[in-house]
Amino acid sequence: MEAKLLMGNEACAEGALAAGVKFYGGYPITPSNEIGEIMSSRLPEIGGKFIQMEDEIGSMACIIGASIAGLKSMTATSGPGFSLMQENIGFAAMAEVPCVVVNVMRAGPSTGMPTLPSQGDVMQARWGTHGDHPSIVLCPSSVKEVFTLTVTAVNFSEKYRMPVILLMDEVIGHLREKVTLPQPESIQVVDRPKPNCPPEWYKPFEDTKSGVPSMAAFGDGYRYHITGLTHDIMGFPTTKKDEVEPLMQRLFRKIRQAFDEIMLYETFLMEDATAAIIAYGCVSRSAKSAVLQLRKEGMKIGLLKLTTLWPFPRVAVESLPEKVQDLIVPEMNMGQIYREVVRVNKGRCRVRKVNRIDGEMITPQEIIFGIKRRERK
Amino acid sequence: MTAQHADVYDYLRHEKKFPLIWCPGCGNGIVMGSMIRAIDGLSIAKDKTAIVSGIGCSGRVSTYMDFNTLHTTHGRALAFATGLKFARPELTVMVAMGDGDALAIGGNHFIHAARRNIDLTAIVFNNSIYGMTGGQISPTTPLGSIASTARMGNIEPPFDIARLAEAAGAAFVARGSTYHVDELDELIALAIKKKGLSVLEVITPCPTIFGRYNRLGSAVSMLKQQRDSLISMHEAQGMTPEELQGKVRLGVLVDLDKPEYCAAYENLIERAQKA
Repeated sequence: MEAKLLMGNEACAEGALAAGVKFYGGYPITPSNEIGEIMSSRLPEIGGKFIQMEDEIGSMACIIGASIAGLKSMTATSGPGFSLMQENIGFAAMAEVPCVVVNVMRAGPSTGMPTLPSQGDVMQARWGTHGDHPSIVLCPSSVKEVFTLTVTAVNFSEKYRMPVILLMDEVIGHLREKVTLPQPESIQVVDRPKPNCPPEWYKPFEDTKSGVPSMAAFGDGYRYHITGLTHDIMGFPTTKKDEVEPLMQRLFRKIRQAFDEIMLYETFLMEDATAAIIAYGCVSRSAKSAVLQLRKEGMKIGLLKLTTLWPFPRVAVESLPEKVQDLIVPEMNMGQIYREVVRVNKGRCRVRKVNRIDGEMITPQEIIFGIKRRERK
Repeated sequence: MTAQHADVYDYLRHEKKFPLIWCPGCGNGIVMGSMIRAIDGLSIAKDKTAIVSGIGCSGRVSTYMDFNTLHTTHGRALAFATGLKFARPELTVMVAMGDGDALAIGGNHFIHAARRNIDLTAIVFNNSIYGMTGGQISPTTPLGSIASTARMGNIEPPFDIARLAEAAGAAFVARGSTYHVDELDELIALAIKKKGLSVLEVITPCPTIFGRYNRLGSAVSMLKQQRDSLISMHEAQGMTPEELQGKVRLGVLVDLDKPEYCAAYENLIERAQKA
């Protein structure tokens, strides 16, 4: 395919369409608007559906409804809208409804700086909705990766029957890069497991080897009940501990069993490194540049780029080479992933952070300065 | 067992989900029976029917009926139903909500579903109180009524559900009650048949909470109060507008021809694919 000049938000819409998304419900919010705008004109061309809802609560609700009707569904938003979606994201987790929520992170809290980037929603993406629940959160760092990770997000949501969050920052959402998109036939597309038993045998929330039950669409002849209450394997409300416990454990197990597939990360120049920068999103681009400059100065430093943020890819930190003594975690927040790195590092390396929360991207120089300043101490 | 009972029985998840969660004397079961008889009367297949409900006593209505049923979050039933219907327009989608559910926390979705005129049948179970949470005031609690959060009497004026729905653009607005059950069956059937957003307010008693707080007597006496205070659909037909002035009347209040959302979108798809 020929190369195109694409914006991150455009690549997100293209990725969603390539993954088979047929339903988009959203509400305008900067800096995610291009995604909804593109979907509003592209979806009807392929017989899909776009609806602009009255708020983000309704957006989240209607994509869940559409997914239950059998269509791959998504929405896109930013901080304030993401906050409004949280209750229904929890519903999708509890009722195991596949859907994708894109959050193009802007600077917060509250209205913050709508046009400027941040990485302040990392913890909200994990714990924004109430109660214990598993989550999958993916974070792209280039326009090409926005495309591929949007496909992955849709695939994971379908495969594991749960909401998947694509956590972009405003830099990546509005970045324009030359991209060669993969050939449509080379893109792997995953569809949710569907029942093939007679309707009277169907148990919509039964345990399976993968932990993921098959999902019938409303109208397909399998009449069943879906609720946000804790439920038994037939979907009916229950508070019996011998029915609640297996449900809740299964929701976690279906993800835990698949950690190897879900935890995505990349390493760069780590083979002989004694220090590593751990970064994600737009900051990983600055980090890569910092690694190259420090290497020129003779420092043995590498990069661990996190692609999956949740479940936190602890194996990526644990499997860093023995020689690595120093970890530097630059982030456009006050240290949301830093604390995770400290947690899984268990005191093996010295872990330091470089933070910015003023709406400006962290530069390679700032990362280098942060490393050197602390070297002198 | 009468023929009517047999119909209802066939549509219940009687092996799994009974007894009901509702208090003795609650009107919700009467509304559920009417919903079932309306669907049965229109010969709509169970597989092609979906019931979407919100949170509260009325929210449990979806659990008991053998259709495609979705029990959603508080106030959001119409928004979930919008996605479901829009994604699969061949389904008959009924939405069951309480008065607090539909008009307080879900008020935004209520007016916008009406404005959008998407083909849903929205049934508001209006018992004038938050029953499940213990009797707090709702947006339809009458002025002066006692509630657990209004021990001295409610000072907030209530919504008129029908007028609100009409002003927001609903194509069909009707009001029924749990005393006038035959009329309710008929009104629900009319609401389902209407292409567009149909709002049906059903006045239903909550003897356990609202009735006790306001000393309205037993469930039977609350039904008698409905009989005595409401003008039935058939009574209203013989009355002049002057006679109806200031009375709460049942029946179809609004019935307009307006473009329906899913149909309008199908037309948009055709245009997009030709372009």
